[in-house]
Amino acid sequence: MLGGIDPVVLIAALMVASVPILLAAIGELVVEKAGVLNLGVEGMMIMGAICGFATAVSTGSVWLGFVGGALGGAGLSLIFAFLTQIMLANQTATGLALTLFGLGFSSLIGQGYGGMKPPPIGPVPFGPLADLPVLGKILFSHDPMVYVSIAVVAATAWFLKKTRKGLILKAVGENHDAAHALGYKVVRIRVLAILFGGALAGLGGSYVSLVRVPQWTDGITAGAGWIALAIVVFGSWKPWRVLLGAWLFGGITVLQLNMQAAGSWLPVQYLSMSPYLITILVLVVMSADRSRAAMNAPAALGKNFQASR
Amino acid sequence: MNRRTLLTSVAAATAVASLPRIALAQAPVKVGYIYVGPKNDGGWSQHHAEAVAKAKAHFGDKVEIVEQETVPEGADAERVMTQMALGGAQLIFATSFGYMEPTLNVAGKFPNVKFEHATGYKTAPNMSAYNARFYEGRAVCGTIAGRMTKSNKIGYIASFPIPEVIQGINSTYIHAKKVNPAVEIKVVWAFTWFDPAKEADATQALIDQGCDVVLAHTDSTAPLATLKKAGAYGFGQAGDMIEYAPTPRLSSVIDEWAPYYIERIQALLDGTWASQNVWYGIKEGMVGIGAISDAVPAEVKAEAEALRDSIAAGTYKPFTGPLNKQDGSAWLADGEVAGDDVLSGLSFYVEGIDAEIPK
Repeated sequence: MLGGIDPVVLIAALMVASVPILLAAIGELVVEKAGVLNLGVEGMMIMGAICGFATAVSTGSVWLGFVGGALGGAGLSLIFAFLTQIMLANQTATGLALTLFGLGFSSLIGQGYGGMKPPPIGPVPFGPLADLPVLGKILFSHDPMVYVSIAVVAATAWFLKKTRKGLILKAVGENHDAAHALGYKVVRIRVLAILFGGALAGLGGSYVSLVRVPQWTDGITAGAGWIALAIVVFGSWKPWRVLLGAWLFGGITVLQLNMQAAGSWLPVQYLSMSPYLITILVLVVMSADRSRAAMNAPAALGKNFQASR
Repeated sequence: MNRRTLLTSVAAATAVASLPRIALAQAPVKVGYIYVGPKNDGGWSQHHAEAVAKAKAHFGDKVEIVEQETVPEGADAERVMTQMALGGAQLIFATSFGYMEPTLNVAGKFPNVKFEHATGYKTAPNMSAYNARFYEGRAVCGTIAGRMTKSNKIGYIASFPIPEVIQGINSTYIHAKKVNPAVEIKVVWAFTWFDPAKEADATQALIDQGCDVVLAHTDSTAPLATLKKAGAYGFGQAGDMIEYAPTPRLSSVIDEWAPYYIERIQALLDGTWASQNVWYGIKEGMVGIGAISDAVPAEVKAEAEALRDSIAAGTYKPFTGPLNKQDGSAWLADGEVAGDDVLSGLSFYVEGIDAEIPK
């Protein structure tokens, strides 16, 4: 016990709390690695939240709900892909517009879904493993999406580091002209990366509306997409560091609520702002070494590509 | 179609569209409503909107309702209300505590428009305050919570440190303690009225801290959804939230705004509207207690209903001495009842609550 808080319960809770931001951040990491800055994560998440919720309610299957959420997020990202990759619109402005559009459109779709309950999802049955003293609660007591999110991190890390396709994706993000000269389809690769990012953001959003809350209301993601964007920078575009960042952020959020409930002597305001303070601190520490920070960011991030030859 | 013909036709269409408005000089009375959350939040804002729909059905063509949902408390609220007033609204209802100062400002700018502010305490010649004694409902819920908790730990998700919320925490604790002397209350401040994800996290944190009955002073149904997963108990807030009965929803504190809205709009139509400051409770029907679910044992149900009835009859007031302040100093002597002047500005916990109010 740590000031009235059980660390085992805390770790288990933070793993669940960080799933949406983790999924969205990993998706955005792949998008940014391909040299595209999509600030529409929040919009794609909330579209995923409503599409996933609507699908789950109408089919009665939470798994189809997750698929629907991913499709909803990917569908919205397709608009972004068309505008920035084909029409060469400014990525920052388009991304912001995507968030605003997603928030409004999800509210429109969600009109009839207030007060409904999605089908429930239980923890993965690990049998006797779940009864282990400490590890059981931390490792074996979660719903399937917690494990899926960690598997996605591992798969992304492997893809970017060990596969030829991953190297090509990174090459496109570092120098699109050189990649084009080598014969890689820059636009096609970027569109696929954007779709992947949209699908994961949508999946993260549907986790909020199907498992974490679980219900639909307007604005349910409440800024999680922005946190995901910050975590990508925080994790310096490395998948495992992004996982760490998501857990740190999720952990502090859970910790501050638990400390309040445990009757901490710290004033509530300091606890509430602690996640943001720590983000700023870590960003400052990280960017202190300028050469390394600059090395990690994809060189062509946010730059549009037009084949001139 | 070139640009010029397009512009001409748009202008023509606008002119045609504005014709009927001129013809309808005897337009219905326009009444505006602003809500802090979406109209389908399942709680506070939805319940206001439903009451407004009842008022609209009551008056029919005589009244035109303009509504704006998800209006942030602060400068945005002032802008929205100004627009409503400029748009011809004659009576504007601002339905959240944080709209108090913005409403006061807009009321100063539009002396001929009437304003009604919910759950506040400031008034002006053209601005009324209306509030409900939610703490009376909390007394009933606190009694049930005190009887139903097995861990002797009750959780309370607080929104903002304002008198209404502090009344609720105190009332819950006093009445839980009355039936269960071993009970403790744990408070988490969410600093929001409506953020389902945060409300769910706060509920989970309270459950992780050993609470098995949690009351919410926020607006969504997220706490009940989380309590259901954990097998703990909770209460409906603002709305009945009957879809979560029999568990986790044991009962609810229901806000009944419709009669007040009908009364005030009627006063406007009659020309008898005057600024006032009302604080109605179970007795006047502004606070309702939702049906107590079957998960509650019959004797506890009877006890809670007896408390409700004694409050309705006016024979019992929830803040009746002997009560001490948190620091142990005397507040109310035996049998002494707290006055509305003290309650409406309540800023301290009663003795026994081990927590601090954020400053």
